[in-house]
Amino acid sequence: MSTAGFNSQNGTGTGQTYANGPSQNPVALQQLPGVSYGMTHQPSYNPMPAKAPPPTGPGLYPSAPYQPVPPVSSYQPGPQITSYPSSPGQPLLPRPPLSGPPSHTPPQSASPSPGPRMPPAQATPPPPAVSSSSYYPSPQQPMAPAWQYNTAPPPMGPPTSISTPPRGPVANHVNPAASLAEPLPPSSAPYSTAPPPRVSQSVTQPPGPGMPPTSMLGYTQPGTAPPPMNPMVPNTYQPGRPAYGPPPTGPSPIGPPPIMKPTPPPTGPPVANTTPPPPKGDAQCGGAVNSTVPPTESDGQEGDIECPGAVAGNGPQASNSYNHVDNKMAGLAQPGPPGRHLGHYPSLPPGYQNASAPHGTSSMHPAMQAAMQPYTQAPQPYQQPPGGPGPAQLSPSLAAMSLQSSTPEALRVVNLLQERNLLPPTPVPAPTPCLPQDLQKINCNPEVFRCTLTSIPQTQSLLNKAKMPLGLLLHPFKDLSQLPVVTSSTIVRCRSCRTYINPFVSFLDQRRWKCNLCYRVNDVPEEFMYNPVSRSYGEPHKRPEVQNATIEFIAPSEYMLRPPQPAVYLFVLDVSHNAVETGYLNVFCQSLLDNINALPGDSRTKVGFITFDSTIHFYNLQEGLSQPQMLIVSDIEDIFLPTPDSLLVNLNECKELVQDLLKSLPTLFGKTMETQSALGSALQAAFKLLSPTGGRMSVFQTQLPNLGVGALQSREDPNQRASAKDIQHLSPATDFYKKLALDCSGQQVAVDLFLLSAQYCDLASLGCISRYSAGSVYYYPSYHHQHSPAQVERFQKDLKRYLTRKIGFEAVMRIRCTKGLSIHTFHGNFFVRSTDLLSLPNVNPDAGFAVQMSIEDNLDDMQVVSFQAALLYTSSKGERRIRVHTLCLPVVSSLSDIFSGADVQAMTGLLACMAVDRSVTASLSDARDAMTNAAIDSLTSYRQSVLTIQQPGLLAPACLRLFPLYILALLKQKAFRTGTSTRLDDRVFAMCQLKYQPLFYAMLMIHPALYRVDDLTDEGALNINERTIPQPRVLQLSVEKLSREGAFLMDTGTVMYLWIGRNCHPNFLTQVLGVPNYAAVPENLYLLPELDTAESQRTRAFVCWLRDQRPFYPSLHVIRDESQLKANFMQNMIEDRTASALSYYEFLLHLQQQISK
Amino acid sequence: MEAAVFILSLVDCCALIFLSVYFIITLSDLECDYINARACCSKLNKWVIPEMVGQCLSTMLMLISMHWFIFLLNLPVAAWDIYRYVKVPMGNMGVLDPTEIHNRGQLKSHMKEAMIKLGYHLLCFFIYLYSMILALIND
Repeated sequence: MSTAGFNSQNGTGTGQTYANGPSQNPVALQQLPGVSYGMTHQPSYNPMPAKAPPPTGPGLYPSAPYQPVPPVSSYQPGPQITSYPSSPGQPLLPRPPLSGPPSHTPPQSASPSPGPRMPPAQATPPPPAVSSSSYYPSPQQPMAPAWQYNTAPPPMGPPTSISTPPRGPVANHVNPAASLAEPLPPSSAPYSTAPPPRVSQSVTQPPGPGMPPTSMLGYTQPGTAPPPMNPMVPNTYQPGRPAYGPPPTGPSPIGPPPIMKPTPPPTGPPVANTTPPPPKGDAQCGGAVNSTVPPTESDGQEGDIECPGAVAGNGPQASNSYNHVDNKMAGLAQPGPPGRHLGHYPSLPPGYQNASAPHGTSSMHPAMQAAMQPYTQAPQPYQQPPGGPGPAQLSPSLAAMSLQSSTPEALRVVNLLQERNLLPPTPVPAPTPCLPQDLQKINCNPEVFRCTLTSIPQTQSLLNKAKMPLGLLLHPFKDLSQLPVVTSSTIVRCRSCRTYINPFVSFLDQRRWKCNLCYRVNDVPEEFMYNPVSRSYGEPHKRPEVQNATIEFIAPSEYMLRPPQPAVYLFVLDVSHNAVETGYLNVFCQSLLDNINALPGDSRTKVGFITFDSTIHFYNLQEGLSQPQMLIVSDIEDIFLPTPDSLLVNLNECKELVQDLLKSLPTLFGKTMETQSALGSALQAAFKLLSPTGGRMSVFQTQLPNLGVGALQSREDPNQRASAKDIQHLSPATDFYKKLALDCSGQQVAVDLFLLSAQYCDLASLGCISRYSAGSVYYYPSYHHQHSPAQVERFQKDLKRYLTRKIGFEAVMRIRCTKGLSIHTFHGNFFVRSTDLLSLPNVNPDAGFAVQMSIEDNLDDMQVVSFQAALLYTSSKGERRIRVHTLCLPVVSSLSDIFSGADVQAMTGLLACMAVDRSVTASLSDARDAMTNAAIDSLTSYRQSVLTIQQPGLLAPACLRLFPLYILALLKQKAFRTGTSTRLDDRVFAMCQLKYQPLFYAMLMIHPALYRVDDLTDEGALNINERTIPQPRVLQLSVEKLSREGAFLMDTGTVMYLWIGRNCHPNFLTQVLGVPNYAAVPENLYLLPELDTAESQRTRAFVCWLRDQRPFYPSLHVIRDESQLKANFMQNMIEDRTASALSYYEFLLHLQQQISK
Repeated sequence: MEAAVFILSLVDCCALIFLSVYFIITLSDLECDYINARACCSKLNKWVIPEMVGQCLSTMLMLISMHWFIFLLNLPVAAWDIYRYVKVPMGNMGVLDPTEIHNRGQLKSHMKEAMIKLGYHLLCFFIYLYSMILALIND
């Protein structure tokens, strides 16, 4: 299999190693010059001693620590001025004795609570007004409405070079032109010869010694305990795979498949992207055009590395390079009998080869498929069922479709007014695209990459007719249990559109492949001819890259413009009186202490801390100090860093100081009376501190910033919460945070915001800082260490996940799609740097993205289209990696096919994103109307164009039967509801979440799951890790499903409610809750007692299983009839009528009325 | 007097034409990715007010000199410029916002707007030229 030495280097120990070329030389593996930068390069990364002169940039930094004290004496060294116990130069630890416990009465926390408020009963709630606004452009609205799917986006330019915003003076530490123009030599030269300015800036980095070889350090995949299987079973090439290119010229035993129509060769005049090396390449090489490109413009490489230097650099390496496949499942990978592959490949072009595959296991195939997730890379052989490829498999997608999945189920007509129980008993599965089996088998996992229409309409007019949104939902950095990782000196990409080679390309012959996005014919490079999986030569189509729709590459040095940054974490903590009252500092410091060794990173990891109230406090943690020093800067108008090089320190070298600080921090501010908060200045200081390296900034804020730059005013009028006709103030009040976020994005700094506040904090404005810097927002309303124990527990668990989860730095993501399609709008947290490129200073596994697509050119001559998302990032171990996901979908020409392929959950998720945009740019009522209209329009279109027999009732295809329900759920969601008292921050936070969460979690927010848990049985239970997990039915969200005799669990994603009926079976109360009777159920129960009874075990196993499915910890509230939280529980009863909103049935009637108009 | 009004308008119109061309060039640079969104927006936002002022100036000139037809021709464009400027949300960085320009076809609509303005200013240019010559001859 592989050499042990190499495996151990990989960290996983089980990784398979494959050498490039028939003779594998383990020694050569260690050399790999250009492939990774390992220990040889590390020392040269920081060649300068830590005392190198600080940058002499235009005065933003003090040129010497403490020197540039502004006239106002902003930097106060004397203890007599500051109100804090420690002053610069004095140790923190000898802290003043605490006099008495801090008072726990929050001074200002008497915020109006959104308690149950009964609006005046209204006999019949008015039906949602249907205005003329809709998502579809109508003749009356020539000025394209804000979010229609149909407007064709601007023509996509040639693959582009990106430059970042002009950088501030501080950023001049790198000479971009120099580094760009560097003709990447084969070895690590670029790093050792880094331009001097860069070096001088790296003073804040610890000197290199003690760095272990990080080069091949494998990086452990989170959650890798996969069942032994090998995704890349080296079997014969998949049979039945239609070749999308012109028929092969080689002799083929069976001739072209019967139904296949040869796809015309690249059609039409080349669009922009087929033109040879676009200006971008030049820009990259010359560094002339984008002279402002900062070092991290990694995208440049992501886009195009056409530099002759780079290409030339590869040449000499070739002999030395190797291809290595690190397959997590590697253990069992058994190369198939070599004779078999070599046997028939060469004579056959890939598309046809399968036809000659021996028949064999066909009978088990359907069963296997049914048994496993359609997308999982199960160990099933890729080879064709030996029974011989049926016509369905050989034929191209269209014909195959109608034969195979023949969608009667998806298109079955459902009269929504009559069928009440529409919810499936289990979570709704994602529809499977109608692709030939072999393509479907390797298609991307729907949890990662999902399209609202699994059958893409041929033309925009067809899409307009269907009136459904077309878009993609991505979860690109999801924690995957198995992910093939490839190390290769050359990453094979299309020469014109730079698409990565993927399973859906077609091989014209052994040496040429045709891009499935732009249809350019490319050569297969020499290295690619060798297949590391089977260790055979001449089978490019069996390489892991061509067998896996999700794959990760270790990027060679051409993909970096600067050495990969270390993991840098900066914590910015609010220590004003309000913050101390909430008591969050204790929890934070304790969590960080507990997880300090689990922070992702390597020997270069750096941390820093800033606290702020009305002044900014820095902490000098330089190695050699016996105690951390606090440095206070009170000139918040013109913020500067007191000692730029010792505020961010190497975690390994200064761990003790950091731990000291964390232990003393909670008590340090125990008596503070400072109530003001200068968040804006603190953010500016943090940005200055991080900008040389990039990294992650975690901001903890507990009140409205009210001092200095970025100060905000309260904009919420609590009395208007329920009654206001339209919700105001959903958009930011200032552009300060947006500008700062863009600056951060340019310097690869991401800002994560933790908001723990009882009062209005203007999340709409503050959230911008995270939104455009690709951070995330966490909100704990009314957090208090004593009053809300459930919140505290959630905060603790969330912090643990937050601190220890995987992280990718200086990332960019490019989404490519087949020529003819283009991206129209992006949703998520990032900055859109060019038409298809997202700038993500950090990427985390819990971030989801959505894009709306439009069809620019007709897709007449294509049977399938593909989408590729490529995420280039620096891992916390300092490796540059590229994760590539490719999704392939069929193209259809009839409306009924489009409807049968509709993915109702994805549509709902995308509509929610669009509605958030609409609420911010137009108004909330507009967004609500637009959502209602989306349901009306698509059902109308179905009725008019697809249904042949007109029946009475509200008819929907089975695949859309949940659509009205989900739309109604959205209308009643916290983000969009009206008439119910909703705090503005809660609403804005819900909006953030809808845009930012991956679809799976967003769906729970939109339509919670309700289970009856008092009668759990082991019938139909799952068995995971020897634990039995009962699987109760998902119930409809209606009070009629509740009964006083039962107990019901509602899962809303971030919160779970366990509702106990008044007459609940005493057995449940005693065996699960451990209380004798209903009246004894405590008011604030948020933990299920660990009782040793079967019922308790079942219930806890089920709750635990639900919690394990998501990264963040949902808190559990046990509620009774008279609990305060009951209102929250009841608000999620979507199908029922409330004083201000329609019931499900009324909503259906309303839809029907509109449709038959 | 009349000739002077038209000469002034002509100069103003020339400036506006150049401005429109500059908008088109910069936006198409953004489309082709020669510059980034932030640079593009900050460049163009600088010129939004001058454009508005220029447009209002020629409108006022026509109003004062009582050329009703040309005034009415100018009025809608001036009104649009002012409306667009006033309607910028508080959180945005100007008429063109780098975080939104790639969304919802905004780039395309900005481009279209610049094109229409270019055509309109060219039309105005010839009207002013004609009127100026007429005025000079009459003098």
